[in-house]
Amino acid sequence: MVILAAIALFLAINAIRALREAGLDTMLSGTLWYPTSDPGKFGMLPLVLGSLLVTGIALLVSIPVGVGAAVYISEFSRGAVKDVLKSIIEFMAAVPSVVYGLIGVAVLIPLVKDVFSLPSGLTALTGGLILGVMSIPTIVSISEDALHAVPMDLRQGSAALGNTRWQTTFKVTVPSAGSGIFAAMMLGLGRAIGETIAVLMLTGNAAVIPDSVFESVRTMTGTIAAEMGEVVQGGLHYSVLFTVGLVLFVITFGVNLAADLVLERQRKRWRR
Amino acid sequence: MMTPSRRRKARIAETTARMLLGSMALIVVGIALFVVGYIVYRGAGALDWQFLTDVPRNRGREGGIFPVVIGTVWVVGGTAAFALPVGILAGVYLSEYAPKGFATRAVRLAITNMAGVPSIVYGLFGLAAFVLLAGIGRSILAAALTLACMTLPVVITATEEALRQIPQDLRQASLALGATKFRMIRTVVLPAAAPGIITGSILGLARAAGETAPILFTGAVFQMRRIPDSPLSQFMALPYHIYTQVTSVPEWNPDLVWGTALVLVGGVSLVSVAAATWRAFQRRKIAW
Repeated sequence: MVILAAIALFLAINAIRALREAGLDTMLSGTLWYPTSDPGKFGMLPLVLGSLLVTGIALLVSIPVGVGAAVYISEFSRGAVKDVLKSIIEFMAAVPSVVYGLIGVAVLIPLVKDVFSLPSGLTALTGGLILGVMSIPTIVSISEDALHAVPMDLRQGSAALGNTRWQTTFKVTVPSAGSGIFAAMMLGLGRAIGETIAVLMLTGNAAVIPDSVFESVRTMTGTIAAEMGEVVQGGLHYSVLFTVGLVLFVITFGVNLAADLVLERQRKRWRR
Repeated sequence: MMTPSRRRKARIAETTARMLLGSMALIVVGIALFVVGYIVYRGAGALDWQFLTDVPRNRGREGGIFPVVIGTVWVVGGTAAFALPVGILAGVYLSEYAPKGFATRAVRLAITNMAGVPSIVYGLFGLAAFVLLAGIGRSILAAALTLACMTLPVVITATEEALRQIPQDLRQASLALGATKFRMIRTVVLPAAAPGIITGSILGLARAAGETAPILFTGAVFQMRRIPDSPLSQFMALPYHIYTQVTSVPEWNPDLVWGTALVLVGGVSLVSVAAATWRAFQRRKIAW
């Protein structure tokens, strides 16, 4: 808790100069990000939109696949198959993000380039796809926990009324675990929006507001990672990057807190 | 009453759903197999004794990754040195001593939330707090402290989880023999919970080993000639090495980079599997 508060505090302290000199509302609504021009322009909107676009693509991939796989693991598989599937998910979560980035560079960039005949494979779509893969383990394991927590009585009651297993799953189990599955999606979102290295390697990092998913985008995380190494410590640009970090922190904090509260409510509901 | 046509519909729905959900699970399995297979396929060629014991040459395009591996081992060791004691003590406190109330709930919520803070934000925090404010400078120590903050929630959660699984009878038996609460925890509860705590912590440390974003500004460097000799020296690290090769070395050598990726993923998975197997083995030994 102290550390969490300290993180917020340090981000805020270092962001003060930017907040005072550039102003949060001008930064958040500004559409031009030219940090090295003189005077620097620190419009964060392209970065925020870049993050949202990439995260949106990621969720389009990971929610159907992740929730589908979780329902299958929890409701339609058992024994050894279930154990193997769960270990595979754990393995996917343990692969470092830089390795996903490397796979994206080697496989996904040429693929996206050829399939959509683009001049470059460094696009929002490429980053989003790999982020989708990376957030699958979070979504599967939290959804699976939520489904697992639904008491057996409910399923048996439904089966006794003549429902097939799918009818039971669709009408009883999934709705009962609904809030937990929703929380899983939120946590997947939090994971995707905060991911840095893989996105940095794949999206091309042009700080402009994207018109389509086939364009290069730059995310908030990627901006911090790419620019922090080159700024003057204590300078305005440095402080602005901390502000970007603060915005990111506030977003993920809100998302995670909401998900945690939902999960806790559900846990209470099934506790007997 | 179910009419035959409704029954047929239900059967069709059942089959379709099974196939659809099964295919989602298959996609996940396919992706995972592809990831493993591809890393091994691309990386195995580079893997030999020279690769593991030589220093990088020609900006990493030739030579080996010895200092890179050593750097990662140093940082993960440092992370363990900070995260384990603090995390385990905090976990024991939360599980055994903390009063059940609003404050404890808030602390728990903060801990789960800490796990969701983006790694790059930890990097910023490490830069501001350890590198600059504490004056440690970019070093193994600063990077290890940063990674330790990130790993703490994992260690705390693993400790709490492991302690919760120790039956109440065991504690009461110990107390009935006249042990104080602290003695009971030290001699009965902790040893029994050790496999769970250690395994959970190792899994967290394995994740820390693969992180790039937190060490970007806290001490990782692109290249250094010597092996780090003190906690205050800078270091090379496996994930950072892959990242810089791909993004800043023109005509990087794919064989060596994939070899590095294989060493990283292989190392992380080996340690994780070993830890999980050991826990399963220990669990069988202690049967309640």
